[in-house]
Amino acid sequence: MITTIGLEIHVQLATRSKMFCGCSTAFGDEPNTHICPVCLGLPGALPVLNATAVQLAIGIAMALGCQLHEVSEFSRKNYFYPDLPKSYQITQYDRPIATGGSLPIATAGGTRAIRLTRAHIEEDAGKSMHAADITLGGETLVDFNRCGVPLIEIVTEPDMQSGDEAYEFLRSLRRLVRWLGVSSGDMEKGAMRCDVNVSVSPDPSRHGTKVEIKNLNSFRSVKRAIDYEEQRQAQCLADGTPIPMETRHFDEALGTTAPMRSKEASNDYRYFPEPDLPLLMLGAAELASVREHLPELPWEMQARFESEFGLTPYDAALLTEERSTAEFFQRTVVISNNPRKIATYMETEVAKLLNERGKTLSETMLTPEALAGLLTMVESGIISNTASKDVLPLLVDTGVTPDEAVRKLGLEQVSDTSAIEELARQVIIENAAQAEQFRSGKEAVLGFLVGQLMKKSKGKANPKLAGELLRKLLG
Amino acid sequence: MNSELPRSLDQYRRAVRTHVLSPTEYLQETREVIEQNDPQVRAFLHLRLDAAISESKAAKSSSLLAGAPIAIKDNIMMAGEPCTCGSLMLEHYVAPYTATAVQALLSAGAVVPGKTNLDEFAMGSSTENSAFFPTHNPQDLSRVPGGSSGGSTAAVAAGFALGAVGSDTGGSVRQPAAFCGVVGFKPTYGLVSRYGLVAFGSSLDCIGPITRSVRDAAIMLNIMAVHDPRDATSLRHAPVDYEASLQPSLAGKRLGIIHELQGLDVQPEIARAMEDARRAALQSGASVVEVSVPHILSALPAYYIIAPAECSANLGRFDGVRYGLHLEGRDMTETYSRTRNAGFGSEVKRRILIGAFVLSAGYYDAYYKKATDVRQLITDELDLALQSADVLLTPTTPTTAFKLGAVSDPLEMYKADVFTIPANLGGLPAISFPAGTDESGLPIGLQLMGPRLGDADLLSAANVLFTSLGGAS
Repeated sequence: MITTIGLEIHVQLATRSKMFCGCSTAFGDEPNTHICPVCLGLPGALPVLNATAVQLAIGIAMALGCQLHEVSEFSRKNYFYPDLPKSYQITQYDRPIATGGSLPIATAGGTRAIRLTRAHIEEDAGKSMHAADITLGGETLVDFNRCGVPLIEIVTEPDMQSGDEAYEFLRSLRRLVRWLGVSSGDMEKGAMRCDVNVSVSPDPSRHGTKVEIKNLNSFRSVKRAIDYEEQRQAQCLADGTPIPMETRHFDEALGTTAPMRSKEASNDYRYFPEPDLPLLMLGAAELASVREHLPELPWEMQARFESEFGLTPYDAALLTEERSTAEFFQRTVVISNNPRKIATYMETEVAKLLNERGKTLSETMLTPEALAGLLTMVESGIISNTASKDVLPLLVDTGVTPDEAVRKLGLEQVSDTSAIEELARQVIIENAAQAEQFRSGKEAVLGFLVGQLMKKSKGKANPKLAGELLRKLLG
Repeated sequence: MNSELPRSLDQYRRAVRTHVLSPTEYLQETREVIEQNDPQVRAFLHLRLDAAISESKAAKSSSLLAGAPIAIKDNIMMAGEPCTCGSLMLEHYVAPYTATAVQALLSAGAVVPGKTNLDEFAMGSSTENSAFFPTHNPQDLSRVPGGSSGGSTAAVAAGFALGAVGSDTGGSVRQPAAFCGVVGFKPTYGLVSRYGLVAFGSSLDCIGPITRSVRDAAIMLNIMAVHDPRDATSLRHAPVDYEASLQPSLAGKRLGIIHELQGLDVQPEIARAMEDARRAALQSGASVVEVSVPHILSALPAYYIIAPAECSANLGRFDGVRYGLHLEGRDMTETYSRTRNAGFGSEVKRRILIGAFVLSAGYYDAYYKKATDVRQLITDELDLALQSADVLLTPTTPTTAFKLGAVSDPLEMYKADVFTIPANLGGLPAISFPAGTDESGLPIGLQLMGPRLGDADLLSAANVLFTSLGGAS
């Protein structure tokens, strides 16, 4: 039994204005506040292409290794729906901006490239909001704020074999679009949407019947829908029930899929070239300029972190989840060449703090210089590792230098031998029983005594020095 | 009308500038003419004479149009005014913005006496397809003014306006101009912004001036031909002074006659007018050459696939959801169906159905794709022909204006567009100018076509032929 999965993903391009007019693309505002004659499709209004949308699309396509076409064409996709005010969507049909390319994903068997069929740009429709009792004559309201927002649609080859792989693909794509700054990639805000094609076949050399699944509103829904569909189709094959080629709707609450009405699924869209827009020509200069500004890609950086800095695949993946984190790490390593220690500290202490603050790294005051400085202070014994955890919040919240923070908190480690020796004497007197145990050869008790000393010094004593002095006095 | 009143925009402008005439005085005279004659002609769907008169008081005599009344076809937006497109679908629609071309005219000092009648959504050749009433030809009230810009050409011919704005998708400015005895000019595609023109066939639609002289068309084009960032098909080009480009003769010019159109059946007086024009051209120093456009007779069928295809998409937005006519159904589909069935007239429905058919799966290649291939072929052939001739002369129409109700077969009506359609397919500038009358005294129009962006030379050639055939510059 083999499962074959292909995805069609819509990614909202992060432009400030819509694809064919100057209206804002802001999400979550009062309905129908970002509208004009153009995006409302009023009679006589005409579309004018947003050049930034094209640039962002070129960036994604380039990062995905697609072949960009010097000439591409917009088409009209005709269908009637209340949220489609022109009665056609401006999209690209037989001449898309890009074809081919691939995206690497992590699978159980290692990294694998998922091939892409094509990528094209198009406008979004408005948003229909159905009253719960629509079938009982409830109203449908339409918000046109989203209407005309630019999208790139990415279509994969049927290269995935499980819900987990589809999930990984989406994660990898989201990481890329965020990395490039071309989209927020938020599925819950509709900035990334996904339709799935699944087929199960008993014969590994042939695909089964393609079933399309719609209404997938999260990565998890995608995985759940595929898992369900895989099992449903396998059952059909086992029972000898025919599997029709159809479009199915995922029910989030039940975790099941059900056929959509054939009316919704089968449409003759009567595509034809959009006469209101000239052919889209990509100049060599434009492509070169986008290429020049293309950053090192996440999977490239991830591989380099492993090979150049000796990070584990796990650490490298974690640190390249977001571009700002990866670049922060990279800059910190340049200042203080201790990549593994930096990685660990970022993944534990820094991550914990960010989590508490509900912020991303770039939203805080922490700088690579400060983090490098802090870790150097721990390394050279100026403060203890424990004390560093009290310093970090100051660096994160106020942006002071580690020196200032340590002074402010009065945390300099005491490495003054006479001061520590005095404390050691007191500890031996106050813990006479444990001191005697140590003398009689119970080495492990030393840790307890050092702890007592640290407590007395309020954590400031250099623990290494404290141990040495205790040993000397007890010897 | 007072016989001393100016006949042309050019004369008007001079009279106002020399303070012989005040814009308000002229508009009041115009109002009388309209009130007296429009009840018979019925050129206007909406009049705004009070507003126009009050606007004329503010008109600067130094402005380019100095308060001249310019009528606007009712498929072009003027903010705050109705824009019905001659359709029940938009009977109560009020324009929320102003078309770029109209704004240019208003900024140049034009005042708008009203919005003119048209075939519904500009689909037709007689203005009989208006959902409201037909317009009558001012030269003979029993006859049609042509269409679809019949209201605009009738208004100019009847003295209701010094100029008018029409739209031309397959001849809708030139054919009614020919029928009414005025000048109708379709500029190069993209020269005048389409922003604010209700789309019919987007790749063919052009806004163009309707005037009493070729010079007046040049004056209006000077104002309307501006690059518009709101229209992606608007051309960027170096500014040209079309009026200043008018030359006194055709010396050194090559007038082309299209071989393949010679055998077509045209009214004898129109054939004679072609001869007159040819002689006038020779006398003015032109040479006459015969050129070949082998597939030009396929222009008509190609057009009646491409234009309906585009219109089927363009008119989809009239679904009763957001504006315009709305007839409630049991569900969305029935609401669409009831609204569109009641809102569109039969010619519009016919074209939407043809358009949806030629674009549908399984027929696209045989019809739409084939038609666009033919269009490209004809465009290339016209371009080639315009290398051996500077302008091409044809009749505008095979006949002069027919009687209201005389043509009921749509195919008969379509066939009469044979001369005007090639310019739309090729995006070429083309002009119809009056060239005498037939035996019943009905105006005859001849057409000149030129190369893309050769609008200035085309107007110049048309002006020479127009004046030498009796037109007043």
